Amino acid sequence: MYPFNYHRPMTVRQAVGLLNKNEDAKLLAGGHTLLPTMKLRLASPAHLIDLSNIEGLSGIELKGRSIVIGAMTRHAEVATAKVVRENLPALADLASMIGDPAVRNRGTVGGSIANNDPAADYPAGCLGLGATIVTSKRRIKADDFFKGLFETALEPDEIITKVTFPLAKKAAYEKFRNQASRYALVGVFVSKRGPEIRVAVTGAGSNGVFRATAFEEALKKRFAPKSLEGLTVSADSLNGDIHGSAEYRAHLIGVLAGRAVAKATA
Amino acid sequence: MPAVAMTVNGKAVTADVDSRTLLVEFLREHLRLTGTHVGCDTSQCGACVVHVNGKALKSCTTLALQMDGAGITTIEGLAAPSEPLHPMQAAFRDHHGLQCGYCTPGMIMSAIDIVNRKGFSLDEKTIREELEGNICRCTGYHNIVKAIAAGAQAMGTARNAA
Repeated sequence: MYPFNYHRPMTVRQAVGLLNKNEDAKLLAGGHTLLPTMKLRLASPAHLIDLSNIEGLSGIELKGRSIVIGAMTRHAEVATAKVVRENLPALADLASMIGDPAVRNRGTVGGSIANNDPAADYPAGCLGLGATIVTSKRRIKADDFFKGLFETALEPDEIITKVTFPLAKKAAYEKFRNQASRYALVGVFVSKRGPEIRVAVTGAGSNGVFRATAFEEALKKRFAPKSLEGLTVSADSLNGDIHGSAEYRAHLIGVLAGRAVAKATA
Repeated sequence: MPAVAMTVNGKAVTADVDSRTLLVEFLREHLRLTGTHVGCDTSQCGACVVHVNGKALKSCTTLALQMDGAGITTIEGLAAPSEPLHPMQAAFRDHHGLQCGYCTPGMIMSAIDIVNRKGFSLDEKTIREELEGNICRCTGYHNIVKAIAAGAQAMGTARNAA
């Protein structure tokens, strides 16, 4: 790891100030992606701004027909919170499948989506539920937030403060794990809220998380696994690597979407 | 160098550290608490698991500075040398839940964390799933799983007796 200056702001405003003042500064949330990346010297920020002392960035509440989760809320809290388990169990399930128990005690929802790893789970949850990402500046719809591999709509001095997940009557997440890393080889989040149907896919797209619109159209007719029979996603825009070819991932998307719809309607 | 203050195994500690110092380096090299191990150094293997404010955490993927104000328990903090072993430590010995012993401190800290979250009666499936973040290259896990089930029961008995 290369040397860096460590900062511990007490407010979001101070953190934004530090981002503006210091060139090459990075925000530190749970650190479970950033610190390994720095150890490998793939990242070498001159300044680390630790968000963990900022009050009000963490916590979960039910507000109207949405679950609002603070950016610094740990995966373990989302996985076990009664309010999530009761009102949006698919999201608690998703959080419970991230990493391992010790990792879930540190990793945060804000960190996960700000990083936008193409195999991360939360981007699928956000896109699959039509979440809104709230920042120090504005509110961004999930559809406009995830821009590509490790790329988001966030500006350099913008900090995620919370994420609003609208409740969905039917929702589920299915994940096919890489046997070694346990990251999603493919993960599919489906939801149905009134007439709105969403199918979000992570782990597979060569440009990161995406919506499988053909699947969504088919599920509009009837929200059942049978509606997806015979449908496929083209392998052209998918990742292929030593863990699985693009064709294999395309096949998995169909299988997992079917399983997720079955789980959501069970 | 920035200063950090935390409580480790019940003792207040303060130090000036290089900002890059990992929690595991701080424990091992500054405090000489070498029971916490570094296996993979990439947050996969769990040899470095300690408890922070009662929750399991991988100390190789945490900066010492992030722990300012925190309460840390390491394997050394489970039972003083003059005391009997912690029930989970005793269960690992009784069930031969180790061979080389390298992963054992992390296994035991994770095992106690599992009991804290899931209770004293643990089935094999739960234990195996919950051990996802701890790797052992010797035992094949079988005796580790048995040790954790027995250690969990023993922790329950000890709690009831207290």
